[in-house]
Amino acid sequence: MDNQATYNYKVVRQFAVMTVVWGIVGMLVGVIIAAQLVWPELNLAEWLGYGRLRPLHTNAVIFAFGGCALMATSYYVVQRTCHTTLFAPGLAAFTFWGWQAVIVLAAVTLPLGITSSKEYAELEWPIDILITLVWVAYAVVFFGTIVKRKVPHIYVANWFYGGFILTVALLHLVNSCAIPVTLTKSYSCYAGVQDAMVQWWYGHNAVGFFLTAGFLGMMYYFVPKQAGRPVYSYRLSVVHFWALIFTYMWAGPHHLHYTALPDWTQSVGMIFSLILLAPSWGGMINGIMTMSGAWHKLRDDPILKFLITSLSFYGMSTFEGPMMSIKTVNALSHYTDWTVGHVHSGALGWVAFISIGSIYYLMPRLFGKEQMYSVKLMTAHFWIATIGVVLYIASMWIAGVMQGLMWRATNPDGTLTYAFVESVKATYPYWTIRFIGGLMFLTGMLLMAWNTWKTIAGAKAYDAPVLAPAGHHA
Amino acid sequence: MSDFVNGFWSVYVALITLVSVVGCGVLLWTQSRARTNAAGETDTTGHVWDETLQEYNHPLPRWWSWLFYITVVFALVYLAVYPGLGSYEGAFKWSSRGQYEGEMQQAEAQYAPIFARFQGQDIKAVAADPEARKMGERLFVTYCAQCHGSDARGARGFPNLADNDWLWGGEPEQIKQSIMEGRQGVMPPHAHLGAETVKDLAHYVRSLSPDKLAHDAARAARGKEAFATAGCAGCHGPDGKGMQALGAPNLTDSVWLHGSSETTVSETIAKGRSNKMPAHNEFLGEAKSHLLAAYVFGLSQGDAKK
Repeated sequence: MDNQATYNYKVVRQFAVMTVVWGIVGMLVGVIIAAQLVWPELNLAEWLGYGRLRPLHTNAVIFAFGGCALMATSYYVVQRTCHTTLFAPGLAAFTFWGWQAVIVLAAVTLPLGITSSKEYAELEWPIDILITLVWVAYAVVFFGTIVKRKVPHIYVANWFYGGFILTVALLHLVNSCAIPVTLTKSYSCYAGVQDAMVQWWYGHNAVGFFLTAGFLGMMYYFVPKQAGRPVYSYRLSVVHFWALIFTYMWAGPHHLHYTALPDWTQSVGMIFSLILLAPSWGGMINGIMTMSGAWHKLRDDPILKFLITSLSFYGMSTFEGPMMSIKTVNALSHYTDWTVGHVHSGALGWVAFISIGSIYYLMPRLFGKEQMYSVKLMTAHFWIATIGVVLYIASMWIAGVMQGLMWRATNPDGTLTYAFVESVKATYPYWTIRFIGGLMFLTGMLLMAWNTWKTIAGAKAYDAPVLAPAGHHA
Repeated sequence: MSDFVNGFWSVYVALITLVSVVGCGVLLWTQSRARTNAAGETDTTGHVWDETLQEYNHPLPRWWSWLFYITVVFALVYLAVYPGLGSYEGAFKWSSRGQYEGEMQQAEAQYAPIFARFQGQDIKAVAADPEARKMGERLFVTYCAQCHGSDARGARGFPNLADNDWLWGGEPEQIKQSIMEGRQGVMPPHAHLGAETVKDLAHYVRSLSPDKLAHDAARAARGKEAFATAGCAGCHGPDGKGMQALGAPNLTDSVWLHGSSETTVSETIAKGRSNKMPAHNEFLGEAKSHLLAAYVFGLSQGDAKK
């Protein structure tokens, strides 16, 4: 009967299209706040001020753009690699509409200044409850589909998606624990440095699971698919999966070096951040080595260009991260724009690139087409986005190291060589370059939107038939 | 939340940390020995998903395994010499507090004599010393500029230090006291006088300024009476010239700390104001405060008027 059935592509289509939409919105807000740093007079009204828009930017790109990309691809991948349709399609539809409601509520409440003040978890308690409901539904759909799979083995992409879904549920529940006061105000369950530790346990694992494990799931499906090559090493997948999800849990304290957090906690955060280097690189190696024998395809396949470049940025930022977690390095880099550069080499170079590549792979297949409307536009998108990322992170590296050095420079009498405002003034040129880099990245997304529009306008939604599991155990 | 002061937690944390670090190495070791394909062999694991997805089973890259092992060994060494295993101090006895205190002591030994040299001198003499003024300016842009501005000209609610108008007195010792002990200026709220009287008072106060601010003569006249009877004169003096002992501003000059518009003055009267200059003695010490006092004093002594 499954042979006549079709995969549930509807929810995948919905999430895929919204990935493009929210990508543009989130990155536009990013470009606006980047401009506000260069031209402070652009803080036109309090709800358009940097302080209100910054959390809107982070929420929109991480949870709206990234979240939609993860849900679109995970629903697609889990069906196809389990050779069955989605479990509980009604719940799957609820995850789409529920998640969009969360995003819209965020876009309204954050500019109004309604915030729990927890970084990357700013949304107030009623929205947190909605997130919980959506996430539980997501987990039921995903794991339900795994349970009814028609193949004995669970494909590696699903390990990562599964790890991401379970851990994000845990992170969200623990970190968002709060005592409501009114509908729009609550207080954290934790106090003082314990609150800070819970926050960064959440914050770093949001990076590790939302922005890494989930996207590695994406990588393990779309890289071998698009390259037409088998995954390099099953054994490497096993080691780096378990090591990655285990080690990430410990790394959070490196966000609190040289603070009231006890020394032992800082040390533990630092050593596990260093141990995290190899497990992270395991994913990069497995992805890049999958290309062996197919490197020539990179020349004229913009999707592969996006996917492979994303792995390079992943490798680079997962090297940079452990280095920045070393206390002595952190003493220079902390609170500077270096951190901002590091985050964006991960967020733009890795997360956005792999999402864009995957969505370019998906979009035509969801609408019964062979390919996107214009391959040339995809290539243009790749290059403009790549130059944008490079401008962004290079300018933030220079700015960050410069700020760190200026802040610690002292005169022979022990006074500071530079007032804080002098470091701000010296950063303006780099903020301008960063703004241009961000603008280029946004321009690339607009090309994507146009390309997507031309691909799907007038096209009929297409649901592929469920495939019988091919081959038996060798 | 609990503070986890029981000694059990230290052992608990230390054990979990050690087992976890070693566990990473064990995971790698056992998996390195698990079956993989020999070099050059290109068989897949035999599983196929979604038509084309297959997996080779190449052995773990050797350099990668070494990288992994090195980080594990580094972690264990680090835990032996730095604090990380519960309350164990580490062989180096390092602590962030110890590092801070050590650096502060070293700085004190190195820099204290430089500042001590000026502490013995009269503030006016220090203010005339170009080297001392430079040092004072560097202290000022670090510790004072956040409120008073890099040019010391203040902002709304934060006094201009470069003019010659003083809330708490402009004598060198008074400035030094302001820096070291801080000041707390309080204008109590007077909304109980009623909106009309507040407005009358605002018109009267505006009429006192030499800036010829627009005001209604009748209201100002009524305000003048209220000024004497409602308690204003108690701090600002019967003539409105203020009282430095209380930090009560002179209302007859053209300096307006919070603004001179009728709305703002009315708000000041009705709701009151509370201004705080924090104390810096504990933080900066007397020597630096002395130098800062000289710098601030110098600002209003001619050369800063440019």
